[in-house]
Amino acid sequence: MSELDLLYTDVEDDLRSSVRGLLADRCDPGAVIALYDGDRSLVAPLWKAIATDLGLAGLLVPEARGGAGATAREAAVVLEELGRAMAPVPFLTSAVVAATALADTASADTAGGLLAQGAAGERTAALAVPLSTTPYGALPAVRAADGRLTGTVTSVAGALEADVLLVPAGTADGLALYAVTATDTTRDPVVSLDMARQLADVHLDGVAGTPVVAGAEPAIRRALLTGAALLASEQLGVARWCLEETIGYLMQRKQFGRVVGGFQALKHRLADLATAVDGANAAARHAAAALAADDPDVELAVAVAQAYCSDLAVTAAEEAVQLHGGIGMTWEHPAHLYLKRAKADQIAFGTPGAHRARLAELVDLPAAG
Amino acid sequence: MTPPAGPAELRERVERFLAEHDPATTERLAFLRARYDAGLAWVHFPEGHGGLGLPQAWQLAVDEQFAAAGAPDNNPHSNVIGLGMAAPTILAFGTEEQKRRFLRPLWTGEEIWCQLFSEPGAGSDLAALATRAVRDGDGWVVNGQKVWTSSAHLARFAILVARTDPDVPKHRGLTYFLCDMTDPGVDVRPLRQITGEAEFNEVFLTDVRIPDAHRLGAVGQGWAVATATLNTERVAIGGRAAPREGGMVGLVAQTWREHPERRTPELHDRLLRLWVDAEVARLTGLRLRQKLAQGRPGPEGAAMKLTFARLNQQLSGLELELLGEQGLRYSDWTMVRPERVEFTGRDAGYRYLRSKGNSIEGGTSEILRNIVAERVLGLPPEPRVDKDVPWKDQAK
Repeated sequence: MSELDLLYTDVEDDLRSSVRGLLADRCDPGAVIALYDGDRSLVAPLWKAIATDLGLAGLLVPEARGGAGATAREAAVVLEELGRAMAPVPFLTSAVVAATALADTASADTAGGLLAQGAAGERTAALAVPLSTTPYGALPAVRAADGRLTGTVTSVAGALEADVLLVPAGTADGLALYAVTATDTTRDPVVSLDMARQLADVHLDGVAGTPVVAGAEPAIRRALLTGAALLASEQLGVARWCLEETIGYLMQRKQFGRVVGGFQALKHRLADLATAVDGANAAARHAAAALAADDPDVELAVAVAQAYCSDLAVTAAEEAVQLHGGIGMTWEHPAHLYLKRAKADQIAFGTPGAHRARLAELVDLPAAG
Repeated sequence: MTPPAGPAELRERVERFLAEHDPATTERLAFLRARYDAGLAWVHFPEGHGGLGLPQAWQLAVDEQFAAAGAPDNNPHSNVIGLGMAAPTILAFGTEEQKRRFLRPLWTGEEIWCQLFSEPGAGSDLAALATRAVRDGDGWVVNGQKVWTSSAHLARFAILVARTDPDVPKHRGLTYFLCDMTDPGVDVRPLRQITGEAEFNEVFLTDVRIPDAHRLGAVGQGWAVATATLNTERVAIGGRAAPREGGMVGLVAQTWREHPERRTPELHDRLLRLWVDAEVARLTGLRLRQKLAQGRPGPEGAAMKLTFARLNQQLSGLELELLGEQGLRYSDWTMVRPERVEFTGRDAGYRYLRSKGNSIEGGTSEILRNIVAERVLGLPPEPRVDKDVPWKDQAK
């Protein structure tokens, strides 16, 4: 097996600069904080700029179907930047998870049309499962009868921004994925721990749905695995922001007549954090590269990346709050955005413990008893 | 003969050498000397000194080609200090005469080297060392005590840093020497450590005479030369990529698989966490090697050592608990002097005790955190109150 490239290509570096440049202009931390007070005016124009102006909605969609034909490696770079800037856009839920769920569908049918519209940024989609759903466990499903769907799906990420919901439903032939017009459902916004990725409870009351994937379990699991893999890169972006912002602050802040960053107790904590962030970089890059190369060990790579990066992002955010001192506890300073995102991301697509349990099966380290 | 232009030509060069020197019939030392003279010892060294001036990355393929042909090697594990530290420093700072005298027998393993740097009063603060070298005619007379010297009892030569000028601040008064370990003033005593064995030595130097021709670099330049030596230690990470579940984690995983009766949920959780950490450390090392291969040395070297020290200690501690009653027994406390450190060849108790040294040797984890914080993250340096004070006036 050839060695996976864990660095960044020039093309990936260019992609990073254009995303970072746009976010620096258009994603003000103050506007992200305002999301928590109910002002969501940032979301739609920012997503339009990313999806359409930068053309990232179709990043993972093949060129033949209107997309950019890129791989998980490039999507991972985008997510590093979105995590770093705390950009409240549905890239992960629509351009990654929903697009992957539809990836194996034929281009002529409804799903193919959806994929093309999604790639063009014309329609945004979301897979209707709780954000905490793991790629390995039981999959939630609503009831389907005569093309009408009934049931409730709680804690769905990306549902508020979506035009189309991809809803897993139980049928006589097993799990199927239905496309449902989002406005035909009732979406109750959830007061979420992370309001930069606000959840919704979705109620379907005999809503008309179009079947887009039959025998959908493999497609749904693949979509969740891809989401988990690339979430690691978002977590890396979150952690890097926390590390760099904290260092920047500690180089300014003075107490006892000295720059606080010169105290050894703090230097050692930051050295440990930086070491762990380098580890997260390798793990997240490895998961994205394994996915892009369709590596046979991709599940193992994802489980390792999630088990590691989920906890690391939380540690980085907790350290950022602590090492900022009082200012880190304020509503005004953006550190809390990263703490809330990191903690929510730790639960998204399965907790670290769920990924370690999967790993135990994959590498033959069986549990006790 | 012009050096090979690419890996394919280098491969041909090795094939031709093997055709002319049949490993099966050529005497071992004659074979190694001929390999050195052909420039195939360390291809990144210059011509005439065992190399061909080629990229260091090409060496691995040469070593593999020789190994595949059943050729004898220079037993590199028995001369780690020589190959990893003395040779690159002699190459960088040595005179033509010194390179000619020392490099060939060093590479063939005819002459083993050790390192006389650390002292009882100069560990992390190496520049504070007190061993004195005093000029005497065409040579130097050296007195002092060195410690943590592995292979001193086997070594023919040592790289040595000594103080030649006590009247200037500590970093400026040092000079670097190549010391003959057979000098009658050199007294090597085994230093027994917590494992029971004596992997290291104390070395007492009493009126040891070193000819000025064995001084490496200028008088007073010793700190710069020593720093170069210590940097080569950290660059030596290269080589082959570690396999998944290699090293200490593989041993613990094996124990887990072989002892289902000893499994508990708590041990399982700790094992999986450490397995993940070890895999991430492996990937970090892989990423660092990829950066180095592109000529982009990263700052992760010091961080890697921090991680491996912690992992080795936690994994070996876990292994003892996993072994339960068996973990109460130790293989052997008899004092021996091993020729090489073999982590995996001894029992879990040995690994637990020996790995305590991993966060002390080659830079303590505390010093390494300072290095990461200051040189990688750009945080302010520790106060250095003795920086401008003459060494002789400093508190000791």
